[in-house]
Amino acid sequence: MQVVDPRTFERSMPTPANPLSVVDITQEARRNAEVCNACRYCEGFCAVFPAIEAKRVFDDRYIDYLANLCHNCTACYHACQYTSPHVFDLNVPKALTQVRVSTYSRYVWPAFMSGAFERNGTLVAMATALIFTLVLVLGILLTDPAQLFAVHTGDGAFYRVISYEAMVSVAGAVFVFDLLAILLGFARYWSAIGGRLKHFFDVGAVGRTLHDALTLRHLGGGDDGKGCNEEDATYTNRRRRFHHLMAYGFLLCFAATSVATVYDHVFGWIAPYGYLSLPVLLGSVGGVMTMVGTAGLVWVKLKLHDGPAWKAVFGMDYAFLVLLFWVNFTGMALLVLRGSSAMGLLLIVHLGFVAALFAVLPYSKFVHILFRLGALLKYHTEVRR
Amino acid sequence: MQEEVLKAPSGSRTGDPLYPDVLVVGGGNAALCAAIRAAEEGRSVLLVEHAPQSLRGGNSQHTRNFRCMHEGPKGILSGAYPEEEYYADLLRVTAGKTTPALARMVIRQTTAAYDWMEEHGVRFQPSLGGTLSLSRTNAFFLGGGRALVNAYYHTAERLGVHILYDTEATALTVEEGVFRFAVIQYKGIRHEVHARALVLASGGFESNLEWLEEAWGPSARNFLIRGTRFNRGRMLKEMMRHGASIIGEPDQCHAVAIDGRAPQFDGGIVTRLDCVSFGIVVNEQAQRFYDEGEDFWPKRYAIWGRLVAAQANQVGHVIIDSKALNDFMPSVFPPLEADSIEALAERLGLEPAALRKTVDDFNAAIVADRAFDNLVLDGLCTRGLAVDKTNWARPICDPPFYGYTLAPGITFTYMGVEVDEKARVLFEKTGASPNIYAAGEIMAGNILGQGYTAGIGMAIGTVFGLIAGEEAAHASR
Ligand SMILES: Cc1cc2nc3c(=O)[nH]c(=O)nc-3n(C[C@H](O)[C@H](O)[C@H](O)COP(=O)(O)OP(=O)(O)OC[C@H]3O[C@@H](n4cnc5c(N)ncnc54)[C@H](O)[C@@H]3O)c2cc1C
Ligand code: SF4
Ligand code: SF4
Repeated sequence: MQVVDPRTFERSMPTPANPLSVVDITQEARRNAEVCNACRYCEGFCAVFPAIEAKRVFDDRYIDYLANLCHNCTACYHACQYTSPHVFDLNVPKALTQVRVSTYSRYVWPAFMSGAFERNGTLVAMATALIFTLVLVLGILLTDPAQLFAVHTGDGAFYRVISYEAMVSVAGAVFVFDLLAILLGFARYWSAIGGRLKHFFDVGAVGRTLHDALTLRHLGGGDDGKGCNEEDATYTNRRRRFHHLMAYGFLLCFAATSVATVYDHVFGWIAPYGYLSLPVLLGSVGGVMTMVGTAGLVWVKLKLHDGPAWKAVFGMDYAFLVLLFWVNFTGMALLVLRGSSAMGLLLIVHLGFVAALFAVLPYSKFVHILFRLGALLKYHTEVRR
Repeated sequence: MQEEVLKAPSGSRTGDPLYPDVLVVGGGNAALCAAIRAAEEGRSVLLVEHAPQSLRGGNSQHTRNFRCMHEGPKGILSGAYPEEEYYADLLRVTAGKTTPALARMVIRQTTAAYDWMEEHGVRFQPSLGGTLSLSRTNAFFLGGGRALVNAYYHTAERLGVHILYDTEATALTVEEGVFRFAVIQYKGIRHEVHARALVLASGGFESNLEWLEEAWGPSARNFLIRGTRFNRGRMLKEMMRHGASIIGEPDQCHAVAIDGRAPQFDGGIVTRLDCVSFGIVVNEQAQRFYDEGEDFWPKRYAIWGRLVAAQANQVGHVIIDSKALNDFMPSVFPPLEADSIEALAERLGLEPAALRKTVDDFNAAIVADRAFDNLVLDGLCTRGLAVDKTNWARPICDPPFYGYTLAPGITFTYMGVEVDEKARVLFEKTGASPNIYAAGEIMAGNILGQGYTAGIGMAIGTVFGLIAGEEAAHASR
């Protein structure tokens, strides 16, 4: 894998896996931004255009910032009077998507992982397969065969299949690494685009950032919230709704895990919990939401208009969405079938997917969350509108 | 899908797209408003657009706003913009060359047009950065004219309007002011369209360089066309041939000075240059020829097209220094840059000594008795030059120096057909036609005898498009 230092990336050359050099894509995005700055017709769609209008000259770091303000809603492609066959050949969503993905790889921690974003779909899929198999094999080898297919019920049923200590220590270690890697990668990006610690204490800006992020305001494509484009020039809020389902579903699952942890450690109540218990309720609602959301987002992506799409990045998106889907699907299956003899195997399968998810997390689409929040925070401290 | 459209069985009037109730020629704002309106009246409508789908929408795809009357805050529009003020603005820019009844009708109907547009898919946004002065009078389209045109095409398709791209209307058969049939070239193949009513919404003739040359002489060869290449005035020629009453002169057009590197067609808004009033403009002999600081740029930019067109080779060069670089809206191409006036002259293809002298004379003539202020007519002027600059005259002395080359950019032509308040085309001999209507640029001269004010083109096109559609629907009952 090729090491790219963000400070010298201007010299990074195209590789077979990544035929576009960072120089080319940054320059192409800059060219697009310059045309938009003279035009401004798309100003109301999203934060990118006011951020463009705040400058006359766009240095490379500023392009990195713009790239993460855009979330490829494609509205400005369909509205643009300068798309091909016009000689200006504008394609803002595509240009910014190319730079955006390159920011993930250029600022990743540790730096030698930069290649992880070049063929991310393949990487995530392979890593998933590998880790899944590993967990499966270990799970089966280390578990007493008698226990594996037995019907377990009552307190601690899961742990009779895989030991409690094993679950907690592996999960804890991976989780801490994920957190570290994601935060360090983000910190590199954040300081490159000129972010400062004090920005996090600007209460108004942080509030507006969170508001925009939690409502996916810019997928509404303007103050009237009528949406943005997918398969053609008509407006829709579909992508926004699916993303909400996925993101809030994910948060509910996270809440379910947290509640369960409290149950376990504070009250000493051991999983599995009853169908009407808080963790199970949160988890099942969240699980269904995430499944619908991820499936919907894949569907939307499949239908996306060819013009603004940069298909090389789709692998990253699909891989992450599908992985998230399987985590939730197996989780739900476990819930439904936990009283049967399939529980032992399902638990291992589920944990396999969960382990894969957490193993690839810092090198997956997941990182877009902080990059986008960072870009939005910079926007709200500088542009204020 | 388009193939099927033309293969539908002919002979019966129902369902055959070549026998629609209403034929609409054109594919821009006015045409779409008319087609949608007629379709909503239950008529079968065929719309023929000369451009391919990827270039559809005429000049309308390059627009950004329309001027809208409103008695109080309305949608994204602040304050009020009453009829009298709107009308006064129109009288001022046209110097009274308008048809008062038609002008007032358009103005009054813009309020309802705003709602109609929104109901038919147009989205609005607050006035853009750098256009604050229009936030009360002009409603901006979210995403600009291309987004508006997309919304209308979608609505028209939903209502069952047959849309043919790549299809030019080439000839009209008209008897005694009554439309019989039109000849169209559908992807190069000739068809006749027999409709009960015809709406002409085919724009001006600004893209017909030969026609412009007839009117302007050889200098027209150096004109750049800011909008579509498809507005070639073929329908206007047909109307002239059939004796329609024509208003305006062929050399009347809205011409602005734009960046000379703009493409021949469709350069749109981004090629405009707003720096003239902050520097000097010289011709190929490196001589100044007009007061660059006469008034605020938005009020003056429409005369500079003609000024530049009158110079040798239709070229002008703006010269500014580093002080001025950030005083105007950025444009699409970077300026030429040099560390000395002489070096800049070389880059622009001018005689270095001549430009040096012009700049020195200009700098020396400045009456530096006050501060520069680009927000007001600051009166910072030169005195004693053959052509004095009356405002914003700062010395051009701080390197680097920058130069832009200007060329005349034609926005649209004014000559068109005369219409009445029902959008009916008037014929010299027979008066108002019973089934030929016109909307948009092809008849805008009825209201805009000369001059221009931002957003009036789309106002006229929308209001007259809707009237033409409705009247054509009635006439084809
Ligand atoms: C760069 C630019 C910016 C502008 N900005 C604004 C603005 O912000 N606000 C505003 O109010 N006005 C603006 N205008 C003016 C505005 O574009 C026109 O007033 C308005 O678009 C006219 O609409 P229309 O439908 O009559 O013509 P167009 O939109 O030009 O449509 C004419 C259509 O007819 C088709 N056509 C022509 N001949 C034939 C034929 N023989 N057969 C078939 N089809 C044919 C063309 O392909 C085209 O689709 C601008 C113009 C330009 C060039
Ligand atoms: S995307 Fe196109 S229409 Fe939109 S602001 Fe940029 S140049 Fe203008
Ligand atoms: S694709 Fe959407 S989010 Fe990205 S710049 Fe265009 S309008 Fe903004």
